[in-house]
Amino acid sequence: MARKTNSGVGRRRMLKGAAGIAGAALGSGAIPGFPMIWAQNNKNIVLRQCGTGVSAINEIAEKCKADLGITLQMTALDSDAVVQRVVTQPNSFDIGDIEYWMIKKVFPANTLQAMDVKKIKLFDKIVPIFTTGKLKPDSVVAQGTAPSTVSFVEGAGSTKFAKSPTQWFTIVPTIYNADTLGIRPDLVGRKIENWKDILDPKFKGKTSILNIPSIGIMDAAMICESAGIVKYGDKGNMTKAEIDKTIDFLIKTKKEGQFRAFWKTFDESVNLMTSGEVVIQSMWSPAVSAVRAKGVPCVYQPLKEGYRAWGGGLSLAKHLQGAQLDAAYEYINWYLSGWVGAFLNRQGYYSAVLETAKANMSADEWGFWMEGKPAQGDIKNPQGVVVEKKGAVRDGGSFYERMGSVACWNAVMDEDRYMVQKWNQFIAA
Amino acid sequence: MSRVKLWITYLQVAPLALVFLLFLIVPIATIVVVSFFDYNTTQIIPAFLLQNYEELLLSPVTWRTYQQTIQFAVITWALTLVIGFTVAYFVAFYVRSPTMQTVLFLICTIPFWTSNVIRMISWIPFLGRNGLANTTLMNLGLIRQPLEFLLYSDFAVVLAYVHLYTLFMVVPIFNSMMRIDRSLLEAARDAGASGWQTLWNVILPLCKPGIAIGSIFIVTIVMGDFVTVRMMSGGLSASVGLMMANAMSLLQYPAAAANAVVLLLVVLLIVAAMMRLVDIRKEL
Repeated sequence: MARKTNSGVGRRRMLKGAAGIAGAALGSGAIPGFPMIWAQNNKNIVLRQCGTGVSAINEIAEKCKADLGITLQMTALDSDAVVQRVVTQPNSFDIGDIEYWMIKKVFPANTLQAMDVKKIKLFDKIVPIFTTGKLKPDSVVAQGTAPSTVSFVEGAGSTKFAKSPTQWFTIVPTIYNADTLGIRPDLVGRKIENWKDILDPKFKGKTSILNIPSIGIMDAAMICESAGIVKYGDKGNMTKAEIDKTIDFLIKTKKEGQFRAFWKTFDESVNLMTSGEVVIQSMWSPAVSAVRAKGVPCVYQPLKEGYRAWGGGLSLAKHLQGAQLDAAYEYINWYLSGWVGAFLNRQGYYSAVLETAKANMSADEWGFWMEGKPAQGDIKNPQGVVVEKKGAVRDGGSFYERMGSVACWNAVMDEDRYMVQKWNQFIAA
Repeated sequence: MSRVKLWITYLQVAPLALVFLLFLIVPIATIVVVSFFDYNTTQIIPAFLLQNYEELLLSPVTWRTYQQTIQFAVITWALTLVIGFTVAYFVAFYVRSPTMQTVLFLICTIPFWTSNVIRMISWIPFLGRNGLANTTLMNLGLIRQPLEFLLYSDFAVVLAYVHLYTLFMVVPIFNSMMRIDRSLLEAARDAGASGWQTLWNVILPLCKPGIAIGSIFIVTIVMGDFVTVRMMSGGLSASVGLMMANAMSLLQYPAAAANAVVLLLVVLLIVAAMMRLVDIRKEL
C-alpha cells in the first residue's frame, strides 16, 4: 500500500519535471515555430465572459487557452439580455463584452471597473476613433453614442464619463463595423446612392427594415433625413417631436405597402434577400456574405449620407481582483496582440489595433479587407472557406473610406421608453 | 376514525395541490405582483403603481392589437371547427372498421411528429413571391403577377394557425362522436329524419362538449401566440403575445406582466362564456 503511494507520487513528480523541461524549452525559444510565449501560470484561471453573439467566437476561446492557459467561458446573449445581466447580476461574469451604446446604460450602475490604460500595452496603437474620437486629425465626431464620448471616466472608481481621454478606460474595443443597406444588384435595376432610395415606388413591397427598435429607429432616421422628411439635431438622441415625425412617416410608408416584412434575426434578413422577397433592406455585413455564399449577388451599398456604425469591447467586472484581474488584463493585451485582430478582419469586421492585425494577415488579405484593393487570389474567411474570388473589391472600399464616413453610431436615447412605445405603435399599425 | 380518513384524503390530494401551488398559483401571483412594479431601462423597482395598466389600457395600440388578436382567434376558430368537424365526422361515421378508424386517426397526427416551428417555417418557401405556389400558378398561366398576399399577410397567419391547430379540434369532437349511441341514429332515421336533420338535431348537440373543449384549445392557443404572427406576417401584424415579447426584450417586465394579467382575464372570460353554453363535465 505504502509502496504504491510512493510510486504514484514519483510518477507525478516525473511528469512535472518533464513538463518543466518542456516549458523551459519553449520559454528559451529552443523550439522554433512559436512566435511569442505568453505566461502559462494561468492554468487554473477561468474568465467568464458574457456578451452578444457577434463576438462569442469559439476559435478565440480555444486560441486563448492555448496561448495563455486561461479558460474562457463564453455566454452569448442578445443585447438586451447583456445589459440586464451586467446591471443586475454583476457577479455572474468577469468580462463583460458589451457594445458602446450599452455603456451609457450600464456604466452608471457601477458594476464594472474602469481599466488602467498603463496596463494596456498597445493602448497608444488603438484606432483613435475610440480614444480621441477622430479617425484622422480632421475628422468630425459622428452623431449617436460615439465611442470616444463614453470611453473614459474621470477617475479609478468613477462612473462619470470624461470629455477627453484620461487614464481610466471603460472598455477596450474589440469589434466594430459600419452598416448600410444591402441590395440585390441584379434586381434593383437602378443606381442606389442614398438612404432614401429605399422609398422608391419602384420597390413597393420589396423593401425591409429591421424590427429591433433601438437600431431600426436609426436606419429609419437615416432614411427620413435623406428624404428630407425630418431634420435631426442628433439622430442618436431624438426629441419626442422627432420620434413622432419619424414614426408617423414610417406608419404612412407601411400603410402604402412599401415594406415587404420586418426582420428581427440575422437569418431572416438572409432569407428575405436570397429568396428575392426584398431587393433593398437594412442589413449586417456577415448577412451580405451569407447571401453571396449562396451564389446570390448582393452588394453592401455605400451611400452618400454615410454609415451607421456600431462597436463593442471588453469591460472588467467590478469584483475582479488579484490574479483574476491580472489575467483579465493579460487576456485583453493578448486580444489586441494581432491573432484575434486578423481573425476578425477576415470576417469583414474591424479590429482595434490595426498594426498587429496586419502582421498576422497576408498582404493580399490586408489589401482586400483593409485597403479596398482588388483581391490578388481567393480570399478565405477564418474557417478557410473561399468568400471572394480573385479580382473582387470590398464594397465601400478601404477602412478609412468606410469608417471615415460614419454618420451615426448606435445609441440609446434619453427618450428610450417613449421611442419603444411609438415603435410598437408602428408595428401594430 | 373519520378524522384519520380526512387526513388520508388530504394527503392524497396534497401532491397535486402542491404541484398546482408551485407551478400555477405562485407564478401567476408573481406576475400579478410584478405588474404593479415600476421600471426603468435596466431595473425593476418594487412599488405599487397603476401606471402600467394606465399606459396599457389608455393606448389605442392596445385596443387595436386586442381586436386584431381576437379577430385571428375567431377566424381560426371558425375554420378549424368546420374542418375539424368534417374530418371527425368522416372518421367516426363513414369509416366502418375500427382498425381503419385508428389508422386514419393516427394519420391525422403525423404532422405533429415535427416541431411546430418547422411546420410553420416550411410554409415560407412555399408561399413566397418566387415560391412553389406562385411559380406553379404562373407556369400554368393562371396568373401573370405573383400573388403577394400569400406570404407576410394576415392570410398567411390564419393559414398557419389552421394548419397547426386543426387537430386540437378533431380529437375532442371525434371523441364525442364515438360516444354517441348508434341506436340514436337509427331511431332518428326510423322517425323519418333526413341525413341533414340527423346531423343537425342529433349529432351536433351531442358533440357540443367536444366542440367546446376544442374551442377552448384553439382560442387559448391563438390568443397567446406570438411566434406564428411574427413569422408569417413578417413583422407586419401585431398580436398581444408579440406586444409582451417586445416589452420583455426591452426589459420592461412590469409592462409585459400587466398585459399578461389583462390577457389572462380576457381569455378566462371567453372560456367562462363557453362553459356557460356547454356543460363540459358531461364529457368527462
